[in-house]
Amino acid sequence: AAALQLSLSVAECPGTSSAQAGRAAACQGCPNQRLCAGGAAAAPDPGEAAELREWLRAVKHAVLVLSGKGGVGKSTFSAILAHGLAADEAKQVALLDIDICGPSIPKMMGLEGEQVHQSGSGWSPVYVEENLGVMSVGFLLSSPDDAVIWRGPKKNGLIKQFLRDVDWGEIDYLIVDTPPGTSDEHLSVVQYLSAAHLDGAVIITTPQEVSLQDVRKEINFCHKVKLPVIGVVENMSGFICPKCKNESQIFPPTTGGAEKMCQNLNVSLLGKVPLDPQIGKSCDKGQSFLAEAPESPATLSYKSIIQRIQEYCDQHQFQEEKII
Amino acid sequence: LLSFLTEKSNLAGVRHILLVLSGKGGVGKSTISTELALSLRHSGKKVGILDVDLCGPSIPRMFRVQDNDVHQCDSGWVPVFVDQDKSISLMSIGFLLEKPDDAVVWRGPKKNALIKQFIADVAWGDLDFLIVDTPPGTSDEHISTVEALRPYKPLGAILVTTPQAVSVGDVRRELTFCKKTGLRVLGIVENMSGFVCPHCSECTNIFSKGGGEELAKHAGVPFLGCVPLDPQLSQSLEEGRDFIQEFPKSSAFPALAHIAQQILDGISQQSY
Repeated sequence: AAALQLSLSVAECPGTSSAQAGRAAACQGCPNQRLCAGGAAAAPDPGEAAELREWLRAVKHAVLVLSGKGGVGKSTFSAILAHGLAADEAKQVALLDIDICGPSIPKMMGLEGEQVHQSGSGWSPVYVEENLGVMSVGFLLSSPDDAVIWRGPKKNGLIKQFLRDVDWGEIDYLIVDTPPGTSDEHLSVVQYLSAAHLDGAVIITTPQEVSLQDVRKEINFCHKVKLPVIGVVENMSGFICPKCKNESQIFPPTTGGAEKMCQNLNVSLLGKVPLDPQIGKSCDKGQSFLAEAPESPATLSYKSIIQRIQEYCDQHQFQEEKII
Repeated sequence: LLSFLTEKSNLAGVRHILLVLSGKGGVGKSTISTELALSLRHSGKKVGILDVDLCGPSIPRMFRVQDNDVHQCDSGWVPVFVDQDKSISLMSIGFLLEKPDDAVVWRGPKKNALIKQFIADVAWGDLDFLIVDTPPGTSDEHISTVEALRPYKPLGAILVTTPQAVSVGDVRRELTFCKKTGLRVLGIVENMSGFVCPHCSECTNIFSKGGGEELAKHAGVPFLGCVPLDPQLSQSLEEGRDFIQEFPKSSAFPALAHIAQQILDGISQQSY
C-alpha cells in the first residue's frame, strides 16, 4: 500500500478574515471551509483595524519571543529581556503575555494576584516599574486554579483585545511572550502586529535534538509569515556543579546544538546560557534574575544577548529612517 | 447493512486508555509517555502511543522511527511498530510530514479534524494500554481528545510537572481541566527533580524541589514519585533507545519503573 501522506498540505490557514479564506489549498478538509468560503467568518471591522494600526504604529520596536518547543525558557527570557531593557529609565517597555492557557509572566514578574483596572482610556497594564508595564490573562483570573479552556477563536479574540483595549501609552519596546507551537496565537499575533515595527523574533531552544526538531519548524514558520529572525538563544546549555565545578551536559547537544542548527539555517546564534538554579528561584519568587545574581555566568550571557538584540533593533530603525 | 452494524470500532481491542497531561510545556510528558510504554512492555504488555501534539510531535524520534511512513489497511491507518516484536505501536503527525522541518501551522478547527481521525481511524488491534501524549495547555487538542475518547471510558490522566512554582502553577489549571471534563487523575509525577553530579555525587535542585508532591497533597491526588534529571535518560531519548532495558542502573530508572508499577497495581487492585 502507498504510504499515507498528509492530504492536507502543511501550508497554513490563510486566516478567517483573509480574501483566501475557504479558498486556499490548505482549506481542503477543514471543517470551517464552507463557512469561510461563504464569507461568514469574521470580516475585520474597518474601524477596529484602523484603531489597532494607529496604536501599533507608535510602538518603536516589537520583538516576539518564540519557540516550537515548550519549557525551554521563553517566559524566563521575556521577563529577563524586559528587565534588561527597562534598566534604561528613559525607555518605556511593555511585556505582553499571550500564553492564554499557561500564563507564567505574572508570577515571574512578582505580580501574582494583581488585577487589571479599567478606565475611560481602556485597560491599564500592571506596572512593575514606572517604565515597565505588563499584561497577561493571568491578571484576569480570580483563582490560581482557574483554567482557561478555550478553543482557538476565543483565544484570538482576547489577544486582539490585549492589543486594542490596553492603554499602553508610548512604547519603545513591546516584548510578546508566546506559548509553544505554531498555531492560533502565533498566526494571530503576527497578523495583528503587521501594522507595527515588528523587528522580528527571538527564538529560544535547549541544546538537544528533541528541542531543535521543533525549533526548526518554528524558524520555518517565521519564514512562511515573513517574520525576520533576530536570532536564537540556546538555554540550559550545560551545568557546572557548584561543588566540584565539573560540567555536565544534562540536555546533550547530540546533533550539534543550536550552533550547528544556526549554521545550517543561516540564522544568528545570539548566545548560550548555562543552567543556574538561581534562575528558577528568581522566577518563582518574581524577582529580576539579573539583579539577584549579577555575577552568574548566566547573567553575563543574558546581558550580552540583550545587547545584541538592542543593536539589531537600533540598526533596523536606522535603516528605516534612512529610507524615509 | 449487517456488516456495518457489527463493525467494531478501532478502539474496541484497547483495554486501558490513559492520557499524559500537563499545563506546562517541556516538563517531560513525551518522556514519561515513552518510558511508561517501555516499562509496561517489559512487564509483558502490548502498548500503543497516540501523539496528539500536532505542532511539536516528539514521540517518533524517541523510538528511533522518525523516518517511518504510515500505511493504510481495510480498517484504517496502520500504526507504526517500533520493532519486529510489535509490542509497541505509535501514531503521530510526525510520520505524516513530507519533511521533518515542515511546520504544521494550523488553527484549531483543522487540528481538531485530524485528532478525530487519529482517534477513530488508527487500527490499533488488541492493546493492553493506549497512552495518549498531549501538547501543553488546555485548548483545542485537549478538548477534542477528551471528547472523542469519552465513549471509550479512559482510565484517567497522569499529570507531569517539574518542581518549581512556575510549572506547578500551570498544572493546577490542568487539574481543573480534568475536574471539569470528568477525567480521573491517576496521579502527579514530579520530573527533573534534582540532579546528582556524576563526578562528585552532589545533589543540586536545579529546578527546585517538592512542588509536585505538595500539589498532589493539596489536590488530594496520588503522588507517583520524583524522577531526577539524568543525562543518560536525555541521551537515550535523543537516540531512540530503550532506556528501561539498557540503563537499569541509571538514576532515573527506579522512579520510572515505580510509576509503571503503580499503574499496574491500581488496575489489578481495581482501585480505578
